[in-house]
Amino acid sequence: MSSLAEHSPRKGQSLEKQVDTVRVFDQSFYWLAVIGAIGIGGVLLWIAVQIGLSALPAIQSYGVDFLTTTTWDPVRNIYGVLPQIYGTLISAAIALVIAIPVGIGVAVFLSENFLPNAVRTPIALAIELIAAVPSVVIGLWGIYVLIPFLRPFYNFLYENFGWIPLFSTPPRGNSLLTLGLVLSVMILPTIIAISRGSLIALPRDLRQGALALGATRWETILRVLIPAAFSGIVGSIMLALGRAMGETMVAAMLVGNSNQITPSLLAPGATIASLIASQFGEAGREQVAALLYAGLILMILTLIVNILAEIIIQKFQNVE
Amino acid sequence: MNSDTINTPNSTSSNTTQEAILRAENVSVTYGSFQALRGVTLDIPKNQVVAFIGPSGCGKSTLIRCFNRLNDLIPGTKVGGKVTYQGVDIYGDKVDPVQVRRRIGMVFQKPNPFPKSIYDNIAFGAKINGYKKSEMDEIVERSLRQAALWEEVKDKLKESGLSLSGGQQQRLCIARTVAIEPDVVLMDEPASALDPISTRKVEELIQELKENYTIVIVTHNMQQATRVADLTAFFNAEAEEGGKRFGYLVEYNKTEAIFNNPKEEYTRQYVSGRFG
Ligand SMILES: Nc1ncnc2c1ncn2[C@@H]1O[C@H](COP(=O)(O)OP(=O)(O)OP(=O)(O)O)[C@@H](O)[C@H]1O
Ligand SMILES: [Mg+2]
Repeated sequence: MSSLAEHSPRKGQSLEKQVDTVRVFDQSFYWLAVIGAIGIGGVLLWIAVQIGLSALPAIQSYGVDFLTTTTWDPVRNIYGVLPQIYGTLISAAIALVIAIPVGIGVAVFLSENFLPNAVRTPIALAIELIAAVPSVVIGLWGIYVLIPFLRPFYNFLYENFGWIPLFSTPPRGNSLLTLGLVLSVMILPTIIAISRGSLIALPRDLRQGALALGATRWETILRVLIPAAFSGIVGSIMLALGRAMGETMVAAMLVGNSNQITPSLLAPGATIASLIASQFGEAGREQVAALLYAGLILMILTLIVNILAEIIIQKFQNVE
Repeated sequence: MNSDTINTPNSTSSNTTQEAILRAENVSVTYGSFQALRGVTLDIPKNQVVAFIGPSGCGKSTLIRCFNRLNDLIPGTKVGGKVTYQGVDIYGDKVDPVQVRRRIGMVFQKPNPFPKSIYDNIAFGAKINGYKKSEMDEIVERSLRQAALWEEVKDKLKESGLSLSGGQQQRLCIARTVAIEPDVVLMDEPASALDPISTRKVEELIQELKENYTIVIVTHNMQQATRVADLTAFFNAEAEEGGKRFGYLVEYNKTEAIFNNPKEEYTRQYVSGRFG
């Protein structure tokens, strides 16, 4: 045991210098992290303030009416974004309705050993790669592949269920429903990857504890594992929702850019992001201010969603 | 009770006077290609406390997990030989491991309460085992009392089970296990993470539970074994040629005999602390 000191890395003349280097490194990393953290907050604030300032003329002239009126008339400079707010929320809602159950289901499937590891890992990888497809490519796929594919189905809905307001207009390919469907595909990887991560990160004891009480596999998954991973799952959903509401290219290509509110999902509509993307290029001064005002509202909507998510997570953690 | 009535590796006599609720017959366990446990034969008599002792890695946890089929969860695990519960082979084709685990409960080394309220930690198991909602308050109180935890938590049943101290968490885990009224409670080093006071509480609890349950407890604490166990099984790990180590049962007898008058030299060395 006398060899302990000899093997000790702290022995020798380099002692002081080494510690110095380590300390410098430690310190600089600390400051780097602090600057980074403050910087990110600063950039966010800067963007918000800048957009707010640029939108100020529009805010002053249209006020709250901007949110509740439906006219978008660059000629007479009358602006209201209610249809866009409606379209943003509806298309995001469609996307979530599809992506939440599918995403959580797949996440559970990929975190349990239903499949051998050799099959599971490539599937998980492929799903995560969906997130890497540029949105303009997804938009093209939507136009040239998905819409023709869905047309018979849309016609069927309209012809047989046209009496339901949701399907009450003759189907055009570009519609809130098409956008919602494509958005659901786009946000699936987010939900799956984060939910799966938080399911995998659960301690193994938890599963064993449930099974040892005579729980079946599904009872364990549904009543212990998913609740235990709840905050991660909600987090993934909120991230996905943020992406769905802010998605621009796909929205501009698929939603139909029609300034209207109808209950029919088969009708074309507009979202805030698609509005901005499709009009920014040739907008006059006042129109730009109105578009920035719309952008500000989108930011606030996303912020509200995130705050709601925090509240849900907090509430749940207190109860459980 | 005569010590010869219990199966030991040395005695091949299988006629027991006391009813065996659990019986391992020539049980061997392999993880992949590694044989962790070899040829274990022993009886766990009803309403007795049986302690498993032995050096680390000799297969105590492995054996205890055979009794409620928790080894099923580890891929590549094979259990050879026969494990019977009340005469039924629990690895038989028609046996549902879920049903086995409802009769044979388990408390783990590390407290593992669910991230749910204290109340729901207990209600969860009771619900899935078919206890009625209307009885739930009563079951929760009864099990918490049995686990000597009621007085400490009765005012905060809605708080998270994770907010409790380690010792309280372990008693919560014991409470949720007894809530479903199993016949056998398996405990894998239940007190190893606990302070002496909590440990004493758990030991007292074991003594009380003995009235209604059969208990198998793995422990590294010799005093604990002498305090709580009626019978003690000593396991050891031995290296065969090639350096592979496998665990086996050395000696199984009344606790008193194991500690005061062991038959095997290994046992004598181990219990007197002169081992290895
Ligand atoms: N999941 C596993 N996969 C592979 N080998 C395992 C696994 N679990 C245990 N083993 C091996 O089986 C042997 C017995 O392990 P076991 O956990 O049963 O020992 P133990 O007697 O409970 O030890 P301890 O007193 O340290 O808890 C050890 O050599 C261990 O490395
Ligand atoms: Mg062990």
